[in-house]
Amino acid sequence: MLEVEKVNAAGGLAGRQIEMVIRDSKGQPQEAARIARELVNTDGCEMLLDGEASSGSFAVHEVARDLGVLCIHTCSEASSLTADPKQHIPNAFRCVRQGIHDSIVGAGYAAGIAKAKSLKKWATCSPDYAYGRDTTGEFVLYLKKFAPDVEIISESWPKLFQPDYTEVVTKILQAKPQALYSCLWGGDLTSYIDQANIYAMFNQMEVFAVNMADYTALTVVKNLPKGIHSGDRYIKTFPPTPENAAWGDAYRAKYNEYPTNWSWQNATAVMFLNEAVKKVNSTDGKKVAEALTGLTIKCPFGADGTVTMRADDHTLVGYAIGWGTTIPQEPYVPDVKAGDWKTIFELEAEWKKSKGYT
Amino acid sequence: MILVDLDALASCLTSPACLVTQTTSGLIIGMLLFLVAVGLTLIFGVLKVVNFSHGAFYMFGAYFAMTAYQLTGSFALAILSGAVGTALLGLIFERAFMSRVYGRDVLMQLLVCYAFVLIFDDVVRMIWGPEFRSMGMPAAFQVPPLFIAGGVVPPYYLLLIGVALAAAVVLGLGLARSRIGKVIRAAAHNPGMVSALGINTGLIYGGVFALGGMLAGLAGALAAPVRSLTPGMGFSVLIESFIVTVIGGMGSILGALIGALLIGLIRSFGSLGFPLFTEGLMYLFMVIVLVSRPTGLFGKEVA
Repeated sequence: MLEVEKVNAAGGLAGRQIEMVIRDSKGQPQEAARIARELVNTDGCEMLLDGEASSGSFAVHEVARDLGVLCIHTCSEASSLTADPKQHIPNAFRCVRQGIHDSIVGAGYAAGIAKAKSLKKWATCSPDYAYGRDTTGEFVLYLKKFAPDVEIISESWPKLFQPDYTEVVTKILQAKPQALYSCLWGGDLTSYIDQANIYAMFNQMEVFAVNMADYTALTVVKNLPKGIHSGDRYIKTFPPTPENAAWGDAYRAKYNEYPTNWSWQNATAVMFLNEAVKKVNSTDGKKVAEALTGLTIKCPFGADGTVTMRADDHTLVGYAIGWGTTIPQEPYVPDVKAGDWKTIFELEAEWKKSKGYT
Repeated sequence: MILVDLDALASCLTSPACLVTQTTSGLIIGMLLFLVAVGLTLIFGVLKVVNFSHGAFYMFGAYFAMTAYQLTGSFALAILSGAVGTALLGLIFERAFMSRVYGRDVLMQLLVCYAFVLIFDDVVRMIWGPEFRSMGMPAAFQVPPLFIAGGVVPPYYLLLIGVALAAAVVLGLGLARSRIGKVIRAAAHNPGMVSALGINTGLIYGGVFALGGMLAGLAGALAAPVRSLTPGMGFSVLIESFIVTVIGGMGSILGALIGALLIGLIRSFGSLGFPLFTEGLMYLFMVIVLVSRPTGLFGKEVA
C-alpha cells in the first residue's frame, strides 16, 4: 500500500490512479479461486496481486490461466509454481523468494559452518506438511552435497500449530546432535524456542532456523537466544544499503511495526508494475505482461540494487538472500552473509533438470 | 524415513538420564492437560453439560496472565489474575448463558458452546490482536536446567508440576471431605433433593463452573511463559482434554489425573519409539479403553 500511494501520488499508472480492491479468502483455495474470478468479472479489476500461501496460489493461478488477466503472486514460495513448465502462462508472474533458492543458500551457509566446527551429527525438526517436508528435504539434500560427511541422526515432524513441543525438545536432546535444522515459523517457532530455551538447548547445539529472522518472530520472542542461524526474511539492515534502511523506517513510521517478508515482496510487485507500465505507456494487461518479462528494475531489496523478473520462468531473481546469526536486540542479525546468485543459478538449473522441468 | 524406532525407545528405557528427562516431559504435558480436563469433567459431573467452550478459559487464562505480567512484572500476580479472571468469566458465562440450556437438547448445548468458542476467539482478536504473542519466561526461572541422574529437568517445570499437583490434592480432598464438597457431590447425584433441602443450586452450579474455568485458566497462565498465545489456542487443548476425560471416565477427578498423565507419558515416550505415530498412539489408546471399558477407566456405570 505504501508503494501504491507513492505511484498514485506520482500520477498513477499511465495516468490512471490505482484503486485497490481487497478480499480475504480465509486461506481456502476454493474461496481464493472464487474471489479471484469475482474480482475480475464483477469488480472489473485489471490486475491481480495474489497474496495466497502455496495452497491458494495454485488456485488463483488457474483462474489467471482461464481469464488471461495479469497476475502477480506475492506470497507462495513453493518452487514448482514457476519452475514446472506445466504451470507456465504468459500473464502470471511470481514476485517472491523461492524455496529452492533458500535451500541452496542455507545449505551452503550451513555446510561452511559444519566444516569449520566439524558438525557431523544433525537433527531436523519441521512442521508436518508440504512446505515443512519439501524445504527440509531440499536443505538436507544440498547440505549433504556441500558437506558429504554430515549425517542426519534424528528427525521430528511436529504437527502444524501444535501447542507443546516438550517431547520433541527432549527427544532431540537425547539424540545429542551437534546441529539442528528447523523450518518451523511464526507462533510455532516462538513456542518452540521458549520451550527449548528452558532446557538450555541452544547452548548444546548449533541451531539453523530458516524463518527466525523475520521481525514478527524476532520482536515477539522475549528471551531470544544468541547465535541462532537464520535466513533473511526481511531485515532492514540487509542488504546494507541506505535505500533499504529508509524503506524499512518509512514502513515502520506508517504502520508502527516493522515490515515482514511479505511486505517487501508486495512492494516489489508494485514497483515492477509501475516500471512495466511506464515502459509501454499503457495499462493493457498483455502489453504490461510482455514488458514485465525479463524486466530488471532498481529495487531496495536487490542483491546488487536491482531485481529481475526472469524471462524463461517468470520468477523473481537477484533479490537479497543470505544467512546470519541472531542477537537478542536490534539489528537482530548484525552480519548477514549474502548468498551467491551465480551458484544459485547453476544449482537451480541442475535441480530443474533432475525434476524433469527442463 | 523412520516409522518405528524401537531401538531408541529401548535404549531410553534402560538409561536413567533418558528416563528422567522423558518422564518429566510427560508429566508436564500431563499435568497441564489435567488442569484443563479436570474442569471439564467436574462441570460435566455436576452440571451434566459438556462444556465445549472450555478451551477458551485456558486461552483467557494465558492472555490475562500475559497482560498482568506486562503491567506489574510480577509472575505470582500473573498466575493469580489468570486464575481469578477466568473464574469470574466462568461465573458470568454460566449465569448469563449456560444456565439457560441445562436439561435442553445436547445439540442445543453444543451449539451455544460452539458459538462462544467463535465469539471468545474474536474477543481475544479484538483486544490482543490476531498475531501470536509471547509472555516470556520470568527472570527468576531463566536459569540453567537441573540435572537429575543425568536427565534434564527445567526448574520452571518443577514449579508447574508442583502447582498442578497441589491443585489436584486440594480439589480431591475438598470434594471428599469438606461440607461444600459434599453438597456439590450431592447436587451431582440428585439436584432435586439438594434444592428441596433449601440449598441454592444455582449458586452451586455457578460456583462449579467458575471453579472449572479457574482450573483451565490456571493451566493457561502456567503455560503462557512457554507456549505462544494465539486466538484459537484453546482448541487443540480442548480436543486432548476430551480424550483425557473419555479415557479417565467422564465425571471422575482421579480418572482425569490418571488419563492426563497417561497421555503425557504416551506423548513423551511415543515420540521416541513411534515418531510418526505419536498422535495416533493417543487415539489408539483411547479406542482400546473405550472398547474394553466404555465408561472409561474410572467412570461409573451410568444409572
